[in-house]
Amino acid sequence: MASIVFAILFYLATLLLVVGLIYRISTYARTPAPLKIPTTPAPTTNGGVVLRMTREVVFFESLFKANLWTWGLGWLFHASLLLVIMRHLRYFTEPVWELVALIQPFGMYAGITMLLGLGGLWGRRLFVERIRYISTPSDHLMLLLLMGIAASGLMMKFLVHTDVIAVKGYFLGLMHLDIQMLPGDVLLFVHLSLVASLLIVFPFSKLLHAPGVFFSPTRNQKDNPRESRHLSAWAAKMESEKS
Amino acid sequence: MADITAPAYRVIPIIPSLKPGAMEGKGPFVASDKIQEALGFPGQLVDDWHDRAIAKMGDLLTKYRSLKVFMDACVHCGACSDKCHYFIGTQDPKNMPVARQDLLRSVYRRYFTLPGKLFPKLVGARDLTREVLDEWHNYFHQCSECRRCSVFCPYGIDTAEVTMAAREILDSVGYGQKYDNEIIGKVHKIGNNLGLPGPALIDTLEGLEEDVKEDTGFDVRFPIDVKGAEVLLITPSADFFAEPHIDSLIGYAKVFHATGTSWTLSSMASEAGNFGMFIGNYEQLRKIALRIREAALELGVKRIVVGECGHAWRVAYSFWNTLSGVGGGASETDRFAMMLQKQLDHRYRQPTHICEFTWDLIQRNALVLDKSANDNLVITFHDSCNVARGSRMGDLPGGQFEIPRNIIKAVANNFVEMAPNTTREQTFCCGGGGGLLTDDLMDLRVKGALPRMEVLQQVVDEHGVNFMAVICAICKTQFSKVMPIYGFDRKMVGGVHQLVSNAIQLGPK
Repeated sequence: MASIVFAILFYLATLLLVVGLIYRISTYARTPAPLKIPTTPAPTTNGGVVLRMTREVVFFESLFKANLWTWGLGWLFHASLLLVIMRHLRYFTEPVWELVALIQPFGMYAGITMLLGLGGLWGRRLFVERIRYISTPSDHLMLLLLMGIAASGLMMKFLVHTDVIAVKGYFLGLMHLDIQMLPGDVLLFVHLSLVASLLIVFPFSKLLHAPGVFFSPTRNQKDNPRESRHLSAWAAKMESEKS
Repeated sequence: MADITAPAYRVIPIIPSLKPGAMEGKGPFVASDKIQEALGFPGQLVDDWHDRAIAKMGDLLTKYRSLKVFMDACVHCGACSDKCHYFIGTQDPKNMPVARQDLLRSVYRRYFTLPGKLFPKLVGARDLTREVLDEWHNYFHQCSECRRCSVFCPYGIDTAEVTMAAREILDSVGYGQKYDNEIIGKVHKIGNNLGLPGPALIDTLEGLEEDVKEDTGFDVRFPIDVKGAEVLLITPSADFFAEPHIDSLIGYAKVFHATGTSWTLSSMASEAGNFGMFIGNYEQLRKIALRIREAALELGVKRIVVGECGHAWRVAYSFWNTLSGVGGGASETDRFAMMLQKQLDHRYRQPTHICEFTWDLIQRNALVLDKSANDNLVITFHDSCNVARGSRMGDLPGGQFEIPRNIIKAVANNFVEMAPNTTREQTFCCGGGGGLLTDDLMDLRVKGALPRMEVLQQVVDEHGVNFMAVICAICKTQFSKVMPIYGFDRKMVGGVHQLVSNAIQLGPK
């Protein structure tokens, strides 16, 4: 029974995530940027923009300038999450990719550092007056959701083991539309339900910051307005009308 | 005026605690029917303002990727929360950039996102009510669109874009700001922000020629509407008679004179400022910019040079090519832009900032400069926000910081920097930018100047600084009005070209 419920849940969640993200991203891509608004000093070449974007996405450069605590905790969380996700690829690949096998030991501890990072970020939300002021209930819940995912995962690793071989069989099966038995552990159910919730809320929430950053005109535009003429389609229409 | 006092300096510049409601109020004066209608906006708040405002927001969301992405991407991390000079000066939490954005974002969420429609409380979404609209009018006129927050945002969210969108919505429902919209009306009607008509302008310039002659003994000209001149100078109209602006205008003229450059002003385009940007209205922005194109075409000039003005330089550098074709690189098939670009001399940057112009000459040893003429001054430089974060000078990123400093060091011996986290890309707005330079916002302007005044006081105490150079007409006006309230001499502020003017030697080389 649980096997079927989670199968439906994950198919649905994945569908929502993919369709939702494609829709969002296509909206961002379709919406024109009529004016040149890079936050200067800005790179003047395409290579420079790629570099700026890489520094932003990999190292959170702007956040580093803004606040060392937020940067440290935020970066710790995101880097840990990346490792954790990569580690989880072993549940979806057979044989397991070499890189994924290589990071297994780090991935385990990343779960802990992820929780630490999230805890720190939540602490900021709770105890720093300014951050508390700007927080909505969903901001708190989002952190709790991620902390729930990390905590339930860690508990399965360190406290109440679940049959990971069976879990892997289940997800490999799902990928081939073949529903296998899912171990009947409560912690696993909690973990999987929370992950599915995360996938579902992703395209509707502030998690859109992940694709959004790539479309941010203040970061992805080249600083060359004098050298080439930048004109959006709707603005160009004004010129054909007169003058 | 008399009851406005400066907030106390912070002993250590710690982040101030919150004072909710500190700047609640009605906001700046509302534009009258006449002012609104002259720009094609409804004269008064329309009956169906609610629906029209939401429709306008929807329209802007499809026209501006910045707005669309910025509405979605914010995670409330708080990186920007202590970066705004108005927050630092007022302690009103709604002046934290993220909170200011949320005034609009909350409505966006309610009407344009699924979670906001289903669970408004959960995601901080709210209905657009009259109170919300009033709040917009108040707090979106407490943002000077200086972009300091955008430097620190991990997603590059620029509150200026949000403020512009909000003001655009307010205008579209008949709830505009008097100061901005009145000035835009003057540009269209008379040709400049100050409403100085052509004959008065010509008169002023003649008077200036006499003054300079008396002062220096040289016939420095201030030509206007000269067809076939090489350079068209577009400068903020405050340069024509406001103090200390006029001293920089004299500086530009001396540079032109010393190098034998043929130049002209234009009575049609006697304004570099473009308040269309402040109200976020593309049509107005474009219409105002087109005056410069027309003047350039009519006078047949080869180069367009822009005087000391912050947001004007952002518009000129970043937007003119888009709006009016003043720039380079248009394709052969782009008839609109080519009409002008064929005429311009592309051995030079188009448009050129007056600081780029002067610095090029200094590098080529084309000017004779006596640095000791500025020896009575210990100078610091305030980076104007729109120049710093919305434009560039020269060929390298950051040229907008180096070139003005290079000029100062070439014309004066005593230069010191203010605290590094308040200069260059992290500079603070003067407190009067973005269409807020009006007496009805004086309290806000004084408070917004606090972070700059604090670090100015530092260099005054430590280095005996007695002159703060700027390259912006708004900075000049704002500082000369606000600095006395902080106990400084208003004459401490002036243009970079005022220093050039002091040092430049006009005789034969």
